[in-house]
Amino acid sequence: MAKDKEIVKEKGITYFDFEKPIQELEDQLEKAVETHDKGKVDMQDNIESLTKKITKAKKELYGNLNGWQKVQISRHAERPYTLDYIENICKDFIELHGDRNVKDDKAIVGGFARIGTQPVMILGHQKGRNTKQRQMRNFGMANPEGYRKALRMMKLAEKFNVPVVTLIDTPGASPGLEAEERGQGEAIAKNLMEMAVLKVPIVCIIIGEGASGGALGIGVGDKVIMMEHTWYSVISPESCSSILWRSWDYKEVAAEALKLTAENMLENGLIDGIIKEPLGGAHQDPQAAFKLVKSEITKQLKHLLELDSETLIAQRIDKFSNMGVYEEPAVASQP
Amino acid sequence: MSWFRRVKDNIVTKTQDKKPTPDGLWFKCGKCKAITPQKDFVANLHVCPECGKHNRLDSEGYFDILFDRGKYVELNPNLVSADPLKFKDNVAYTDRIIKSTKKSGLKDAVRTSTGKINKREWTVACMDFGFIGGSMGSVVGEKIGRAIDYARENKQPLMIISKSGGARMMEAAFSLMQMAKTSAKLALLAKEGVPYISLMTDPTTGGITASFAMLGDFNIAEPEALIGFAGPRVIKETIGKDLPEGFQSSEFLQEHGFVDFIVHRKELKAKVSTLVNLIYS
Ligand SMILES: [Zn+2]
Repeated sequence: MAKDKEIVKEKGITYFDFEKPIQELEDQLEKAVETHDKGKVDMQDNIESLTKKITKAKKELYGNLNGWQKVQISRHAERPYTLDYIENICKDFIELHGDRNVKDDKAIVGGFARIGTQPVMILGHQKGRNTKQRQMRNFGMANPEGYRKALRMMKLAEKFNVPVVTLIDTPGASPGLEAEERGQGEAIAKNLMEMAVLKVPIVCIIIGEGASGGALGIGVGDKVIMMEHTWYSVISPESCSSILWRSWDYKEVAAEALKLTAENMLENGLIDGIIKEPLGGAHQDPQAAFKLVKSEITKQLKHLLELDSETLIAQRIDKFSNMGVYEEPAVASQP
Repeated sequence: MSWFRRVKDNIVTKTQDKKPTPDGLWFKCGKCKAITPQKDFVANLHVCPECGKHNRLDSEGYFDILFDRGKYVELNPNLVSADPLKFKDNVAYTDRIIKSTKKSGLKDAVRTSTGKINKREWTVACMDFGFIGGSMGSVVGEKIGRAIDYARENKQPLMIISKSGGARMMEAAFSLMQMAKTSAKLALLAKEGVPYISLMTDPTTGGITASFAMLGDFNIAEPEALIGFAGPRVIKETIGKDLPEGFQSSEFLQEHGFVDFIVHRKELKAKVSTLVNLIYS
């Protein structure tokens, strides 16, 4: 870890276009503080009113983000990634490498660690922060050996009766020649089947992007929780736009149509909960985000660890079996 | 038992009788361009007599091939798609369903059934590419899930015949979760020691490959089918190069260790019967 620091920096947060009004207010505030500090003019009242104005504007903006805006925040370059969470919420993290077959896929990281007093197996997709890291992490897009590495770690957790925590943040499973040669489909499918009957509790948290099978491949959990400004769906809005609208220009429309936000997913009964984020997103206050995620994991594990493995598995399978909306008229209407 | 419909002997129409002739009385092969009388092509199970290209066949066609005297009982035939997300791109999802139903005469992209194959009771699910590209939404996931349950409860060997472009985007995350549902059901089936044969046909891609299609005790395939996770176009765009010849074909998958054997449509029934007899004897 020491030689490979990929920890979020707290300065120089970049804003998206839709955040421009906030940025302008913050610039005004900065100037007021500066003037005040120079002692020329008493700006105290001005500073207080600006601060209030900013909080109000933020609450209004971030409380009403549309699908595409959430997708953008979920991809913010300064958002905490899996290793940031592990570093900040765990103790005694021992990273484990490799699938014991092909190689060590660096798009998925994980190992044993402790959250509070509870030992866990914690693993997730890892994105990179600069060009070199992004390449090494393959933009958080795992290959088959990544999913097999994850499964190996989960089976270890099962063997030693330690609960599993997965952190999901991927634009999708890697598409490529080698991924196909080594069975991307089979690797993900195997994980879905094995996770369904894993004997220890599994808590999955979407911390950024939850794209399709690449996300679900480590996402079959007793509790699946989304952070407030993340997305989870069968396809990215861009690809959906390109396939259904035959153009890249409909990503905003596609993002709405896919109902991919945490609120939509909870409403549709496809996830189990939402973790509130610091105002403006996890990158605005990473320490607060770490605290919120840690307390959610602790809360969920406490409850799940009380269940025996048979109950756990039965409830997990029931939950996924009940997902889906269809009609079943009593008598067949002939087409 | 209202959840299945008994198919009476006289209603089961042979594929030969009801298939429209695509090109008059002749079939022109898309691969070798040979021209064959339509009736010979149909009698050859939609396989080109000249080059052996396996053309797409619907569920009725496979049920005819597999079940003794073409007799079977359809399971859960009444399930139809809802529109949970009120999805609309250039076309409303509900309109797509209506159009696809009219065009194909099908209710969704899979039919599930039980019947005798060489005197042994099997459960068979077969996807229909003719219904929105064989895509998997809630109905496909649920029917396959129930078919797996049926095979488990009745201890019948299970065969799922895949033929699909992947997930049904118009059901977004509902569609994604069908992958988890079907895979979880297969985990329960595996515990009971009931054999599951996955037959992959052209095409088997996306969320189908990344769930039940790759989870067979035996993964088998028809010759020269396209089988893969990512679509060839996406891979080509990603790597910026042309794909090697035969990439993502059945033969490629067998070579790389993901398919047990490739079977000609004509030999399918005999081969799966022999295989299952070895397990049960
Ligand atoms: Zn031919």
